[in-house]
Amino acid sequence: MELFQTILDILVSAAFWTAVLRIATPYILGTLGELLCERAGVLNLGIEGIMTMGAMAGWMAVYQGADLWTGVLVAALCGGLMGLLHATLTVPLGLSQHVAGIGVTLLGTSLSYFVYRLVLPQASTPPTVEPFQPLDLPGALAQTPMTYMALILVAVVAYVLYRTPVGLAVRMVGENPAAAEAQGLSVTAVRVGAVVAGSALMALAGAFLTLSAFNAFFFNMVNGRGWICIALVVFASWRPGKALLGALLFAAFDALQLRLQQVAGGVLPYQLFLMMPYLLSILALVLVARRASYPRALMIPYRKGER
Amino acid sequence: MTSPPIVLRLSGITKRFGPLVANDSISLTLHKGEVLALLGENGAGKTTLMNILFGHYVADEGSIEAFGQPLPPGSPRAALAAGIGMVHQHFTLADNLSVLDNIAVGTESLWRPRSDRAAAKAKLLDLARRFGLEVRPDTLVGDLSVGERQRAEILKALYRDARVLILDEPTAVLTPQESASLFDTLRRLTADGLAVVFISHKMNEVFAASDTVAVLRGGRLVATRRTAETDREELAELMVGRALKPPTPAPLEPGEPVLTLSGVTVASGHGRPLLDGVDLTVRRRQIVGIAGVSGNGQTALAELVSGLIHPDSGTMALKGEAIGNAEPAEMVRRGVARIPEDRHAAGLVGAMAVWENLIAERYHDPAFQRFGLIRRGAARAYAEEVIEAFDVRCPGPDARTQLLSGGNMQKLILGRTLAHGPDLILASQPTRGLDVGAVSYVHGRLLEARAAGAGVLLISEDLDEILALADGITVAHHGRLTPVLPHGRVSVRQLGLLMAGHWEILPEIVDAA
Repeated sequence: MELFQTILDILVSAAFWTAVLRIATPYILGTLGELLCERAGVLNLGIEGIMTMGAMAGWMAVYQGADLWTGVLVAALCGGLMGLLHATLTVPLGLSQHVAGIGVTLLGTSLSYFVYRLVLPQASTPPTVEPFQPLDLPGALAQTPMTYMALILVAVVAYVLYRTPVGLAVRMVGENPAAAEAQGLSVTAVRVGAVVAGSALMALAGAFLTLSAFNAFFFNMVNGRGWICIALVVFASWRPGKALLGALLFAAFDALQLRLQQVAGGVLPYQLFLMMPYLLSILALVLVARRASYPRALMIPYRKGER
Repeated sequence: MTSPPIVLRLSGITKRFGPLVANDSISLTLHKGEVLALLGENGAGKTTLMNILFGHYVADEGSIEAFGQPLPPGSPRAALAAGIGMVHQHFTLADNLSVLDNIAVGTESLWRPRSDRAAAKAKLLDLARRFGLEVRPDTLVGDLSVGERQRAEILKALYRDARVLILDEPTAVLTPQESASLFDTLRRLTADGLAVVFISHKMNEVFAASDTVAVLRGGRLVATRRTAETDREELAELMVGRALKPPTPAPLEPGEPVLTLSGVTVASGHGRPLLDGVDLTVRRRQIVGIAGVSGNGQTALAELVSGLIHPDSGTMALKGEAIGNAEPAEMVRRGVARIPEDRHAAGLVGAMAVWENLIAERYHDPAFQRFGLIRRGAARAYAEEVIEAFDVRCPGPDARTQLLSGGNMQKLILGRTLAHGPDLILASQPTRGLDVGAVSYVHGRLLEARAAGAGVLLISEDLDEILALADGITVAHHGRLTPVLPHGRVSVRQLGLLMAGHWEILPEIVDAA
C-alpha cells in the first residue's frame, strides 16, 4: 500500500515525466534507425558501435570548436559511413548480417575510444562542452531541441515509410526482394540507402548522450542502449508509432526504478531495481511480439539471378 | 493476308550454368495477338529462357529485340520499359503489403514526396474492369487465394502497360475452374493486341489456349508448330525425344512377404486414430498400391514404414522379423528404401552437393567412411556411377542439388533408393509434379525393381498411376485399409466408392474375386 502510494506520487510529478522524455530520446532515435534497416531486410547489430561513434564524433566536433548542430551533423555523417560499411558487407557481398553487425559494433566502439585517446591522451577527468539547454517551456515540455527533433523524426519516418514511393520501395525489398527486382527496383540501392539512413539515426542517438543528456564523452557510455533498441523494434512490430510508445514505456520503467531506488533502496538491493526495466521489456516482448509480422526477407541476403 | 507484326524476336540465345547448357542457341519470334506455348519437360530450359527475356539472367550469347528495338540484357527495368511483363511461377508478391502497394511499387519516381495512391487505385480498377479481372486493391496479398494472387500478378504487368505477357507455368497452382478463367483472360488480352507466352508441360493446356507451340528439349528448340496443325502424339514425342509407351507390368509370381502389418493402430492424440487396425502384406515381386483421398492415413503409413512413428498397438514385421520401435536408420539398414512424398522437404538437401545427398543414408557405411572421416573419393566415384546409371542430368557429383530440375532430383532419389537392391520400396507420390518423360522413367524403374525381387508399397493420389502399376490395390479411408484387391478385379467406379467410404460394397468385390 505504501509502495503503491509512492509510485503514484512519482507518476504525478512533472520531474518524472521530464526524465521519461529525456531518457527515451536515445531509444526513440536508435529504434527508428534500427527499424529503417530492418524494414529493408537488413538486421543492423552494429547499432551499439554506431551509437558510440555518434556520441564520440558529435562531442569531438563540438569540443574542437564546432557549434552544437554541426556536431549533430558530424555524428550523423559518421553514423552514415559506418552504415555504409555494414551495408557493403551485407548487401552486395551478402555476408551474414549477424557477424557483420557484431564486427561493426566492435569496430565502432574501439575506433571511438582510439580516436578519443589519440586526441586526448592525458585526460583523466573527461573534458566537457557546453551542451544543448532545455527549452524554456513549462513542466515536462522543458526538453532539449534534440528530444523534439527525435519526436519529429518519428513522424517523418512514418510518413516516408507509408506515404512515399521510396518508403514503399524500402518495405518491398524487406518483404520480397525478388518482387522488387521484378518491378524494376534495384534491391541493392534501396537496401544500402535504408541502412545508411538508419545508421545515421542511430548515431544521432549517440550524439544526444554527449551533447544533450551529458556534456562529456566517456567509455562505456552507450551501455547496452543499442541492444535495447533491437528489442524495441520487435516490440514495435516494425512500426514507427509503436516504436515511440515502446521507447517511452521503457524510459518510464527506467525513470521509475531510479526513483524507487532512492525510496526503497535501504530495504531492497538496488540491483533489483536496475533489473526491472529489462525484465519488464522481456515480458512485454513475450506478450506483444509473438504475433508480430516481421519483414519476411529480414536477414536473408538477396543475390540476383540465383535459383 | 499479311501476318501481324512481330513484337519480339529472340536470336541465338545461349545460357550456361557452369558446365550445364540450359539454353542452346534458341531463336523465336512472337507476333502481336498471338499466344505462344513454350512446351517442354522440366529442365528443358523454358523458365531460363523467359528469365533471360525478362532480364533476371544475362544470356551468354544471343540478342533480343522487342518492338524492333534491341533489349539491353540483364535488366528487368529495361524489359518493363519495353512492355514486357512476367508472371512468375512462384509469385513475386509481398504477402504483408496490399495488392495496390504490390502493383504500384517502383512505378513512380522514388523521389516524389508523396505517392499518388488515389490515381494508382483508379488506374488499377479501370484495368480490372477492362479485362474482367476482379481485384481487391486494399487487401493484403497474404489474405488472397492463389487465383486472386495470379490476377494481381497479371494486373501488375498490365499496370506497367505490358504488350507482351510471359506466364511461367500459370496453371500449376490453379484449380481446373481457375485455369479455365485464366484462359478466358488470355483471350481478352490477345483480342486487345497483347502477345502472350506461356510456359507449360501440360498438353491439354497447349491445345486449350495457344495459337503456336514451341517445343524445347534439353535446352534446344526442337520444333515450332501451329497448334491447329499438330496433335498430342507428335508433341509428346518432340518433347521427350522418343515415342512413349505406357508401362506394361509383366505378370510375376509374388514371393515371400517383405512387409507385414497386423492390426496396427497409431493414435493421433486427438480424435480419430491416424491408422486404425491396419492389416497389410507386401510380398516380393509385388506392387501394392494405396489409393485414397489425401489425409486418410497415407502419410502416417509412410512414416510408420520409414520408422519415423511407431505403432501404439499391433505389430510390424520386415521379411518375417518383428520390428520393435526401429528408428529410420535401422529401417534403412534392414532394407527399406524410401521415395519421400516431398522431395524438397524430406528427400534432398538443396544446398548440399549431389554426392553428399547420394550417401546421406549410408555415410556410416565402411565403403564411405574410415575412422569417422568421409572417403570423398569413394563417395564421388559412387555418385558418378549413380548419375550414369540413373541418367541424372547434372553437371557432376559436385553440383549443388538445388540446381537440378524436379525430374532430375527425383532420379537422384531413385538412384539413392534403388542402387543397392532394397527389399521393400516405399514410394510416396513418386511422380507428383513430374512431366511425362520423367513419369515414364520412374514407372519403368519401379517395375524393374519389382522384377528384381523388391516389394513396392506405392502410395499415390493419382488413380491412373496405381491402375497402371499395382498388382494389388487397397483403399485408405479414415485410417483404415481395405483388404488388398487384385488388379483387374476392381473397377474405377468401385475404387471411387471405396475412397468415399462406401465399404459396404466390399463383399461383392471380394466374392467376385
